[in-house]
Amino acid sequence: MKKRRERIDRGIKVRAGDVFALCSWREVLYLAGPKLLPIIGCLILPLLLNAYWQKVFLSVAVFALLAISWDLLAQTGMISLGQALFYGMGAYVSGILNHYWGLHPFITIPVAAILGGIICTLLLLPVLRLRGIYFSMVTLIIPLMLVRLIEATRIFGGTEGLSGMTPLPSKWLELYLIVLVLLCALFGFRRMLSSDFGLVLKGINDNDRSVMNAGINIYLFKTQALFIASAIGAFTGAFMTHVYMFVGMPVFALDYSILPIAAAIVGGPGSLAGATLGAFILVPLSEILRGIGGLRIVFYGLFLVVFIVALPEGIFHYIQRKYHRFERWVEVD
Amino acid sequence: MSSEFLLCVSGLYKNFGGVQAVHDLSFDLAPGELLGIIGPNGSGKTTAINLITGFVKPSRGEITYRNKDITGQPPYKIVRQGIARTFQMVKPFYQLPAYKNMIIPLYSPRVKGMVGGKYGDRDAVALDLLEEVGFERDAYVAYKAASVLPQGYLKRLELAKAIALQPDLLILDELFSGLSLAEVAGTVPIIEKLRIEGKTIIMVEHRLKELFRIADRVIVLNYGQKIADGKAEDVMESEAVKNAYLGTE
Repeated sequence: MKKRRERIDRGIKVRAGDVFALCSWREVLYLAGPKLLPIIGCLILPLLLNAYWQKVFLSVAVFALLAISWDLLAQTGMISLGQALFYGMGAYVSGILNHYWGLHPFITIPVAAILGGIICTLLLLPVLRLRGIYFSMVTLIIPLMLVRLIEATRIFGGTEGLSGMTPLPSKWLELYLIVLVLLCALFGFRRMLSSDFGLVLKGINDNDRSVMNAGINIYLFKTQALFIASAIGAFTGAFMTHVYMFVGMPVFALDYSILPIAAAIVGGPGSLAGATLGAFILVPLSEILRGIGGLRIVFYGLFLVVFIVALPEGIFHYIQRKYHRFERWVEVD
Repeated sequence: MSSEFLLCVSGLYKNFGGVQAVHDLSFDLAPGELLGIIGPNGSGKTTAINLITGFVKPSRGEITYRNKDITGQPPYKIVRQGIARTFQMVKPFYQLPAYKNMIIPLYSPRVKGMVGGKYGDRDAVALDLLEEVGFERDAYVAYKAASVLPQGYLKRLELAKAIALQPDLLILDELFSGLSLAEVAGTVPIIEKLRIEGKTIIMVEHRLKELFRIADRVIVLNYGQKIADGKAEDVMESEAVKNAYLGTE
């Protein structure tokens, strides 16, 4: 069986590297389509879902944001195993502000995002010098430590948690607030990572001594990346506190650390879009599997393993490669 | 105390455990000078460079640059004052294309203001600098990922990254090792051009023949100690140097 290469017509006539010559609407669509699809999808999807799946959608968006936050850190060379720290810190800060001072969610959520980000950054500042697995271990341990701290000292409601938070004014506001933040984070940080600032962050991941040798204070850059990532995480925590109208020890649960990593790995590590895509696959999947009861986790785990073995580059990178392919092999007889 | 020397190293010591990597090293460097540092393997040449550039903290001793004490400062602060170095083992950013490798030094506070801050501005400067060290402008090589470049290009990329910092003192750690004769012959004019621009250069080398052609002065290290200092031809006549290289009877 002989094969030959066949050109696929993508509608683009001239292309060199990342320079395109646009001559028709079809070409514009080819380039803008991948960006418009998630934007339109996220804006329309909440309208089509029933009340139960709208709740699932909220949690998809939250995990997508946590996955973005994880991927940002990973691209800077910091493998975090503790997104739950960021999530829980945001949740507790907004919960405390709302419970003890009665502040409105419109104030507590942004304050919690920034304050939570600052607290997490300060907590991790001493270990910023650690590399690889040592940094990861510390991020894993801190949220687990905080849970025991709350349990033992009974502060902030202890094991009971704080309940009776002010909910957000309407369901639609909840949905579109998180969609807006997700899209801003996805496209905003994507742009940031492709700027010269982002290049320095990627350089730290690649070779930190070489970045140091360029007269750049890598700890300053790592701190900035850490703050951005933890502020995103803290925002999601603060947001969910007002959705559930409750904050308690479960906010530091391991789920919030592990699931974002799984999402980023399945979706395609090293790309924020991949992290988002991963969350949009894994979270609904876990809901669908709820029907089969006890074996849910087994199937879920099996799915993960199959995916990682079959597509180690991640779904997003696979789709991206196929989408930008200009030739394919066809059989000739 | 003020002196006309650009860099003064006095009484520098470094122990790694029981090993004396650098033992009482002192030398001065005048502006515009090209100093070669040579010595057998393990004689402390690279450690001496690491001490000057702050990657390793000295156990004892003092390093002054432009009459300012820079001993024990972190590398990024030392670089900002105008000391740039290359690494013996090349350290490119493997994921990035060669010209994007250049963006990171160009983003350094030392030169950030000079090249315009807008997105993409630095790319043009990066390509110019790469051309200076011998990346052919019209060839695709500057756009290739560093992970697929051959050693010769990686060494030159390393040199370009250091030049991008617009240093006054350039420290080249075994730039010639791993290069073919033709590549060395292509690199020497780059160094001579840098000298004409008034840069002071320290070269750590094993390729003595090429070094002696361009060096003003040579220091020989053995077991971390300076055993000779002077003009290349005089140094190689010295009894201590012959013993260090060829062994004693």
